[in-house]
Order: sequence, then structure tokens, then C-alpha cells
Amino acid sequence: MPNNKSNLILNNEIVTDEWSLVTMPAGEEVVKKQAGKVVLFKLTGESTHSAEQVAQTVIPATGKILVPLAVWQARKEELAPRHAAGEIGVWLDTHELLEDLVSSVDDLNSLPLIAVHVERFADGRIFSIGNLLRMRHHYRNDLRAFGDVLRDQLFFLKRCGFNSYLIRADRSAEDALASLKDFSQPYQGAVDEQLPVWRRVNRQPVSQ
Amino acid sequence: MYKYDEIDQAIVDERVKQYRDQTRRFLAGELTDEEFRPLRLQNGLYIQRHAPMLRIAVPYGMLSSRQLRKLGDISKHYDRGYGHVSTRTNMQLNWPKLEDVPDILAELATVQMHAIQTSGNCIRNTTTDQFAGVAPDEVVDPRAIAEIIRQWSTFHPEFALLPRKFKIAVSGTKQDRALVQAHDIGLEFYRDQDDKVAIRVWVGGGLGRTPILGSVVREHLEWQHILTYCEAIIRVYNLHGRRDNAFKARIKILVKALGIEEFRRQVEEEWQFIKDNPNTITEAELARVSQYFTQMPYETLPEHDARFDSAIASNPAFATWVRRNTHAHKQPGYRAVTLSLKPHGRAPGDITSEQMHLVADWADEYSFGEIRPSHEQNLILADVKLSDLFPLWEKARAAGLATTNIGLLTDIICCPGGDFCSLANAKSIPIAEAIQMQFDNLDYLYDIGELELNISGCMNACGHHHVGHIGILGVDKDGSEWYQVTLGGKQGNDASLGSVLGPSFAAEEMPGVVQKLIDVYIRERTEEERFIDTVRRIGVAPFKTHVYGDKKKEVAHA
Repeated sequence: MPNNKSNLILNNEIVTDEWSLVTMPAGEEVVKKQAGKVVLFKLTGESTHSAEQVAQTVIPATGKILVPLAVWQARKEELAPRHAAGEIGVWLDTHELLEDLVSSVDDLNSLPLIAVHVERFADGRIFSIGNLLRMRHHYRNDLRAFGDVLRDQLFFLKRCGFNSYLIRADRSAEDALASLKDFSQPYQGAVDEQLPVWRRVNRQPVSQ
Repeated sequence: MYKYDEIDQAIVDERVKQYRDQTRRFLAGELTDEEFRPLRLQNGLYIQRHAPMLRIAVPYGMLSSRQLRKLGDISKHYDRGYGHVSTRTNMQLNWPKLEDVPDILAELATVQMHAIQTSGNCIRNTTTDQFAGVAPDEVVDPRAIAEIIRQWSTFHPEFALLPRKFKIAVSGTKQDRALVQAHDIGLEFYRDQDDKVAIRVWVGGGLGRTPILGSVVREHLEWQHILTYCEAIIRVYNLHGRRDNAFKARIKILVKALGIEEFRRQVEEEWQFIKDNPNTITEAELARVSQYFTQMPYETLPEHDARFDSAIASNPAFATWVRRNTHAHKQPGYRAVTLSLKPHGRAPGDITSEQMHLVADWADEYSFGEIRPSHEQNLILADVKLSDLFPLWEKARAAGLATTNIGLLTDIICCPGGDFCSLANAKSIPIAEAIQMQFDNLDYLYDIGELELNISGCMNACGHHHVGHIGILGVDKDGSEWYQVTLGGKQGNDASLGSVLGPSFAAEEMPGVVQKLIDVYIRERTEEERFIDTVRRIGVAPFKTHVYGDKKKEVAHA
């Protein structure tokens, strides 16, 4: 795949990415001592970042930027004018707390883009995060998956409320597009189609 | 039983197409081993010791004769002429070729079958009681709900990549036969004080490396809310279950770490947001699915059949088979029949292609064309008239499917073990065979009476060894195969996990060890006591003394 070609899918089309991804500088590995909001349940060994990393993160001066949750939380005042201009999107890792994102902003829908980073494609937390953002927190703007994003998970991501997917750089986004249509009539209600099949279709019993 | 409409059929057909392309991409090198792994696993395909193993789904253990014939044909054409009934009531093929699997799936789809989610870190095949719909002690027939759960869990987008596998069991009887306390979620149906159907929800049970019996997360749930309540439980698990260590990733570990009260609090909090959402089951949908599980067109028969009674009186072998291998039925004049897949000296749960065809024929002739694999790895014909039992017995006996050992010591539950499975620490089938040969005297077996002996080749516990009255677990010690024995496990409402007897044994010692356990039981039992009762009354110590007392002397001699 040529490097100049975009691997970003947005609403069933391959588009050019308008957003610059902001990442934190590498720091010493700090191992997080707890998983999720479950204070009693510890030691999942996921890394977190230091205050220095957050402070030293380089933020481009212009354009639409996608910033890490921790940077957004810590440097919100500095970013406020650009937030007001619609230039701020926020991304989080699957082990970060969605509650932190929700409480960091008065109106979640003031963010034109939220992105969830999945380090390993087998990490299904991303699906619940998508569901909660759309259903619980009523987020309506673009919701993007990036990281180890492969075509065989796309159908599930779509059903969990994602409408944008940055396909891993070594894979073809064109091929991945096809998988969004793997199943024509799913059984259960989810985010994209909230009615289960029995409320969508008049299913008649088949004669015995 | 349930029949597919166009929607169900489209889903399995689209699945075949999707998996065919995934296999093509894997063979073309476009998918790495690691990327293909969850895809093939969620389609039941393991890479085994000798060849791939394909696990075909038999949802809640219901098969039609047409489906069983197809399994017979597939196992003949694509495999070595036999299949294996697993403890999740599925059918496993031990020798298919990876590149043939899409074709096998296409064939299965023609008879409304698939291999969806029979493995992998997703919601697995829902299991229930093999006597659902015919058991005299049934409160609610749970099969319609099991089918609704099957559909809801099939390609559930949010729960496609859980921390670990997830198993649901449903039970609708007074005597639990579905092991609800040994599942990630167990749904126990009962009638509440207003005589309404209610569900007791168990969570966090499981065998495997860390055997734990489940806890009740909700005492009373209305059936309409089953899907949303399960969704709340599994969402809490999906977000907070451990993903850093596969051995600590089951929901039982999360439930134990949080404590059931805190876990319940989180589930209930989650549920408040989704309760009554569109996945709430409607009366109309339950009625639609229930129509497939209505009562069979039974004949009105008397309690007794003269020809049957005289056959019992004149033929002791037939009488024994009826006593051991047939079961009470709610409909007068009918019995449920267990065809034993445990002939002595053969791999427990194995069935040949020819036998599959024969059983399918008998099902058509005697039992409304339905067959049920059980988690004890036998096949059930659920609705046989008393007057048909004798001809059925003669046919089953000629086909090697009438060993009168159901519920006895040689009706061993056994995983495929080290002969096939790449996870296993030790072989399990040869141990089962050796024990069966040690007790190959039927009169002696009857004298010993009801006894469940379960064997697993590793701590993943596919052979349910923890809940065997006698459990045998294959362990690896310095690269050689050893066997640890547990005593006093039990399935059912009064379920318990077995206690380890002591240091493990070499393979050749195992028949002798079991013999010694039986000797203690025979010596100590009261007239009415089954093996498990004696173990519960006198404890493990007398068994331990008898087994290891001699062993120590032998060691001293050597």
C-alpha cells in the first residue's frame, strides 16, 4: 500500500484524515495498580503516564488535533479556545476510565471527535466503551477506533456505535470496507440498530 | 424443535461466506496465525496435536434425525468415520483438514447447523437438561429461552472478544441436571409464590483451574429481562475482568475479587440503565419460539403395557437395561432412553458414522425424529413408547449402544485428553478404558450402584473432574503423566467440589486405585447409601488410608 493513501474509514468511505494525532512522549513505564473503576480489583498491569509526560506533550499550534485524555484533563485551560473553535478531539485507551472523559467536559457533544485506541485487536473493552458513549452518554459526533484495527472486528465496532476506523497501516482499508456488510440482518439490538430482529421483522413460525 | 426461518438461514449462510474468505486470507498469508486464531476459534476450529479439531454446535443439546445423518455423512467424508460428543453437548470431529472446514460449514448450513462460538472468548453454546420438556420434575421447559439466548448471543457485537470464554446454562427442573452452579451464568427457573415463572440468577461458577461454585446474584428475575440482565452482567465483566492473565480472566475471578455484594451492586447499577430497552423479550417473541417446543403429539396410553411387562419379566437383560438406561417420563406410557456411548474399552462419547445413521433411523421410528446429546456424553431418545422399548433395545444392543451402565462407574465423563488435545497434560481416554475393563463385570457394577467418575486431561476440566464423585485429573510432573484423584464432588442442587485424595499416581496404578476406593465404600456403606453418601458421611480419610497405606509399603519394599 502506498504511504500517501489514507487508511481512514468514515461513514463507509475512505477519507483523508483531517485530525493530527497527539501522543505523549515516551516515559518510564509506570504500571497502573488498578483496573477500571473497580478499586478492589487490582494488578492488571496496565501502564499509565506521569505528570512530566503530560506536561511535555507537544501540541501542534494549528489545525484539528486529537489529544490524549490525560493531556486534555490536565491542560484544558490552555486548550479552551481551540475547544471552542471545534479543533479538539480526545482519545483514550481501552483501560482508561470513560467516566474521566465524561466528567472532563460539560457537554460531550462539544467534542467533534472521540477516538478509542485499541492496543491489541482482541481487547473487546472497546466495544463496551462505544456502547456506553452512544447509549449512556448520548454522544452523537464521530467515534473512531484506531490502533490494532483490523477488518474482522469492523462489523462489531460498527454495531457498537463506531462510525470511523483507522485501519492498521499494513492493511487495506478498501478490503476492510467490504466486511461492514458481513451480515444483513443481525439478531440482537445494539447501537446502530437498536431493535432486535423480532421487533424489526414480523417473523412467522415455520411449519413443523 | 426450533426450525430456521429465512433470517436464521441467512445468518449461517453469511457466516459460511465470511469464514470461507477468512480461511482464504489465512492460507494466502494475509492473516497471521495470531490474527486468524480468534476467528477460527469462534468458529470451533482448534489446532490440535495431530490435526485441527472442529467443534460443531448442538444448541442446548437438540438434534433432528436429519442433522444427525448429516453429521454421520460429514464425519465419514471429511473425517475418519466417527465423531465425539463433548461435555457441552456439541459434536467434535478430530481429523478435519483446515482447508475443508468452509465446505463442512456449508454442508452443516444445509441442515440448519453451524460451529458459531463453540470456542473462543465469547458466549458459548447454552446448555440445559437433556430431559427438558419430558422430565416429570420440570417446572418450566427452558428450551424456548435457551433458543432466544442463542440468537441474542450469536455475533453479539459487544461481547465478541471477552476476557475469556463465557458459558450459560439454563435449568427448569427441581433437580438441577444442567450444572447451573458451575457456569459463568446459571439461570434457574422456578415458580414464585404467585405461581409466576421466575429466574434465580447464578454467576461466577466454573470448573477449570480455579473451581468455584456460583453465587446467586439475583434471587428473582422476570423472564422478560433475561437478556438485559445478562447484558448488564457481561458488560461489567467485559470492562473489568482481567485481561493480563488468561488463568485469572474468567468472571468467577472478578466475582471473587469484588465479593458478590459489590459485584451485584455494579450489575444492578448497570441494569438500571438498560432495563426495559428493546432487547426486553416480548410475549409475542416468547410465544413464537415456544411454538417449536410444544408437547409432542403423544398417544394417550395407559401406564402399563402388557407386552412390555412380560418382556421385563422374561428377559433379565432387557429388564436391567430398562432399569438403568431408561428414565421416567411426564407422559404416561412413555420413557426417555439413554443410548450409552460408553461401551467398556472404548473412548467415552465416541460414535461412528454408521451408529449416527442408525440412531437417526431409530429416532424417526420411535422418538419423533429427535436426538439429544447429554453433557454426560450419551445420546437420549426422549419420547419412546413402552411398547417400542423392546425392539429398540434389540437394535441398540446389536449396534453396541446398549451398555447398561448409565449412571454407573463405567459411564465415565472424559475429555479427549492427551491423545488429541494440545492443551492436555496427560492422556485421559486410556485411563477411562482401563477403568472400564477393571469393572467389566456388570453384576459387580450394579452392586456398586450409582457413581459418577469424571476424567480431565488437564486443569481446564473439560471432563468436569471436580464434580465427579471420583474425579481424575491428568497432571504433568517433570514431563511425565500423572493422575491426581479427588473424592466427593457432586453435580446437582447440592453440588460440591471434590477434595484431593493425596499425591498423584502413575497411569498403570489408576484401575487399582479406583478399585481400592470402591473396596472402602463396599466395606463402609449402609444399605441405602450410594458411593457419594458414604464419602460425605465418613469423609476422605478412610479412603486415603486404604489407598496410600499399601502404596507406602510398596515404596518401602522397593
